[in-house]
Amino acid sequence: MKKTVLEKINSELTYFDGGMGTLLQQAGLSLGELPERWNLTHPEVVKQIHTDYLAAGADIVKTNTFGANALKFSDSELEEIILAGMRLAKEAVEKAGRGYIALDIGPCGKLLKPYGDLEFEQAVALFAKTVKIGAPHADCVLIETMNDAYETKAAVLAVKENCNLPVFVTNVYGADGKLMTGADPKAMIALLEGLRVDALGLNCSLGIEQMLPLLPTFYQYSSLPIIVNPNAGLPKEEDGKTYYDADEERFSTLMQEAVKAGARVIGGCCGTTPKFIEKTVQKTKNVAPMPVTNKNYTLISSYTHAVEFSQKTVLIGERINPTGKKRFKQALRENDVNYVLQEGIRQQDSGAAVLDVNVGLPEIDEVALLQEITVRLQGVCNLPLQLDTTNPTALENALRLYNGKAMINSVNGKAESMHAVFPLAKKYGGLTVALTLDENGIPDTAEGRLAVAQRIYQCAKSYGIDKKDLIFDPLAMSVSSDPGAALVTLQSLKLLQNNGFRTVLGVSNVSFGLPKREAVNATFFSLAMQSGLNAAIVNVDSTEMLKAYHAFNALCNLDENCGEYIRFATEKLTAESPQVLENTAKKAENTSMEGGSPLQQAIVKGLKEQAKTLTEGLLTEQEPLKIIDGQIIPALDEVGKGFEEKRVFLPQLLMSAEAAKWAFEAIKTHLLSSGQTQKKRSVFVLATVKGDIHDIGKNIVRVLLENYGFDVVDLGKDVAPEKVVQAVLDKRAPLVGLSALMTTTVPSMAETVQLLKEQAPWCKIVVGGAVMTQEYADKIGADKYAKDAMETVRYAEGVEKTLSERKEK
Amino acid sequence: MVFTRSYTSNQLPFHRAEALRYFGYPQSAIPTPTVRSLFDECVEEGILACSYQVCYTELDVKINSPCDMDLGFIKANSRALFTNLQGCEKVIAFAATVGLGVDRLLARYGAISADKAYAVQAIGAERIETLCNVFNREMAEKYRQKGYYARPRFSCGYGDFSIEHQRAFISYLDCERKIGLTVNDSLLLSPSKSVTALIGLGKSPAKNQTEICENCNQKSCEYQRQNEENLNDEKDRS
Repeated sequence: MKKTVLEKINSELTYFDGGMGTLLQQAGLSLGELPERWNLTHPEVVKQIHTDYLAAGADIVKTNTFGANALKFSDSELEEIILAGMRLAKEAVEKAGRGYIALDIGPCGKLLKPYGDLEFEQAVALFAKTVKIGAPHADCVLIETMNDAYETKAAVLAVKENCNLPVFVTNVYGADGKLMTGADPKAMIALLEGLRVDALGLNCSLGIEQMLPLLPTFYQYSSLPIIVNPNAGLPKEEDGKTYYDADEERFSTLMQEAVKAGARVIGGCCGTTPKFIEKTVQKTKNVAPMPVTNKNYTLISSYTHAVEFSQKTVLIGERINPTGKKRFKQALRENDVNYVLQEGIRQQDSGAAVLDVNVGLPEIDEVALLQEITVRLQGVCNLPLQLDTTNPTALENALRLYNGKAMINSVNGKAESMHAVFPLAKKYGGLTVALTLDENGIPDTAEGRLAVAQRIYQCAKSYGIDKKDLIFDPLAMSVSSDPGAALVTLQSLKLLQNNGFRTVLGVSNVSFGLPKREAVNATFFSLAMQSGLNAAIVNVDSTEMLKAYHAFNALCNLDENCGEYIRFATEKLTAESPQVLENTAKKAENTSMEGGSPLQQAIVKGLKEQAKTLTEGLLTEQEPLKIIDGQIIPALDEVGKGFEEKRVFLPQLLMSAEAAKWAFEAIKTHLLSSGQTQKKRSVFVLATVKGDIHDIGKNIVRVLLENYGFDVVDLGKDVAPEKVVQAVLDKRAPLVGLSALMTTTVPSMAETVQLLKEQAPWCKIVVGGAVMTQEYADKIGADKYAKDAMETVRYAEGVEKTLSERKEK
Repeated sequence: MVFTRSYTSNQLPFHRAEALRYFGYPQSAIPTPTVRSLFDECVEEGILACSYQVCYTELDVKINSPCDMDLGFIKANSRALFTNLQGCEKVIAFAATVGLGVDRLLARYGAISADKAYAVQAIGAERIETLCNVFNREMAEKYRQKGYYARPRFSCGYGDFSIEHQRAFISYLDCERKIGLTVNDSLLLSPSKSVTALIGLGKSPAKNQTEICENCNQKSCEYQRQNEENLNDEKDRS
């Protein structure tokens, strides 16, 4: 009986066919013409190509459907093209009496958000259409030539959700060994194995020479058959003739090397022909491929890189979590996503390798917010995330949109928890944190916790989840209430390690109820690392914790040449003395505001740290309002005036605004600790209009408006008119600012203005952006054209003044 | 056939004065020390974030009149382009990008530090301009040996050459596959620091052609170059 395609690739060296486009071009396809149309216009040519490849020895033929998606074709034509493509492959296979058909899916041609304008779910839906039409006629699906991790994920989900065929995925790696959007092989292996694809590898790209160096990484980390479908080298031109620079001889010789390095399913891409495949079959058919074996690496990933959990403890930043943090709670309640993003970036700068993300507050829509924060955090920070929630819907939505393989925090031994979390971990992939507690609570002994861990593992296994994708938290309890608590946790760590389980701990709990908790935490952390801890959820802002971490690694030969310790000690432990700060201040340039207070000067000069420190100092003796009105605002006005008079350039204005932001942050924290909230001015809704993905200008306006105390609702970029109107209605905002960079996005600005006029006629509309002019603004009916951020501030102040005067009357 | 070229930062000298111009400092202005140190910090990071790639192809063209130009992959109707391509038999159509790394850096600083975001966007603008300039020079030299004179590059969106042609450039040059460049529904390019353009090739030198900046009709542009020397200014002005 014929083997299934999966049996085939797992048991022997298997051959893909080669390029399709190149051969169609030789047959007359012109550059720019859509090759898939040839399924209808030149079926005999397409079929002959399949036949030739099968005759050359190819086992799997790729259908001529690379670009067959709903972005390029109408629904009816799409169906015709795909069905014809499937039929042609089938006829060729039947005629040859051998071979398998791979439904071929290439990239859709658009970039996904946040850098492009295609929604993740739109991408899934696009690919799903192709899959639904083609899959019933195929033996497997090949997702190929993908140069973006996120789009790859969308395509895999579309296949998995619409058919039961094996899924193969190949990505395009550049000369730097990465996808064009940044992911390296390890990151892609983590992502794709998490999504449970059946084979993975590389195609297209520069040629086989450039692929060879990447193969050892693939073979080391991947437990799946590896596919290698290279180009016939690079396109070259000589004497008016164009060609690819590797011939059949060279190509097949190098393919032999590829097989020795771990490739198991091989074929070709651009520029390769049946001759290439024939020669490759000849040269490799007697080479035994490397065995497919299970690799025991614990990996998570972002859209750029993977993080491996092995000997060296992985630091997971714990600060994106409202528990016990007034300022953070306030930010969540005010939907101040920027504050959360800043917390993320700051932790990365402090040395976190993973970020825990917990946005659970009783009065908040956690499902929506966790998803939004996950997506937006990934837009500004490339660390893998640990999604921390007890709400399964919130978890699923965030996991689905997460770009990479996430950490899941958490599951426990209760049946309800396991049956909610494991199906999600199975479908989307992930490293699941498992707490060693169950219906009976937390066992008192290490043996008891191990027993819970074993049960959790058994349940995970029944869902098809590997041991390496679980990481156990034996739970650190407070030593102030149970003197033996820390010892049991440490014993549990060792016991879990001895049984081949990975471990993680939230370290800080152990000191609950004690004074100077950091000292206890740091020592406990060292002991836990000594007990084999793989990952720790810690406060990376704590110098004590970082001291313990870096010293431990240096002592245990986990830090080559003590390099990281030395860098940490030089940068973080040699704090700047007051003398140094003073000198910096002296060195700073003179400004027109020589008579200003130190804080005013710091803001005028754009010195962020100083502005913050000075404000903190002033807060011990002055009322916040006095500092704002007496020092911060006058300093901002001074710079703003200079800008308006063209004495000060935009960068200087921005630096002052940023310095003022740091001063305001100190004031906010101070107010919160004394239970007060800052009074805000009018609501100002801000957005870059639909279709426009550039938001530097809008961000500048936001910073300045916030400095002047406006309650800014920043909707981000590429915002639909309806969303702008909704935000204005929700807050009954008196002011809205719209930005557009290109002439092509002005119509969508006009549309937004129109909708606002209809549904929120009280709201004053300010427009700005590179292409905006007074004339345009008048034409689309805006209330104000502001040429820069200062003008927007002045206008907003004016509108607010008129409103309050009207109220007084 | 569409060809690709990739470049390293070493092949593309950084034009500090140009970047400062995009940062909002005309040649006459001297940035303050704090602005300078912020800018310098961002230069290093910005250049590191770049991944330079170009894809291109050569086409035979027929330039008959402003409303009758056959560029092989598009039919164009544009007085400005006609002026640029007059006397050309061939064009190079190309697309260039410095990659998504700059956009990522911009997004990161957009969230935490508007001043740095502004600096990074200026540096990105200088990088893509320099990439185009270097590529253009290479093409001009290559075709000079074949007896052709290259025209200054010309992009859709310049003058009356419709920006709508952006899609044709992207699909004809197979940009997504070759260099990871895409166009959105509003005809904006992603990665954002990218350019598509034509380089005209004629058997005789162009008459009265100046560089793009000086040739532009937008007279009130704040980024306008003062004179040709600025272009070659690689030294620190302060």
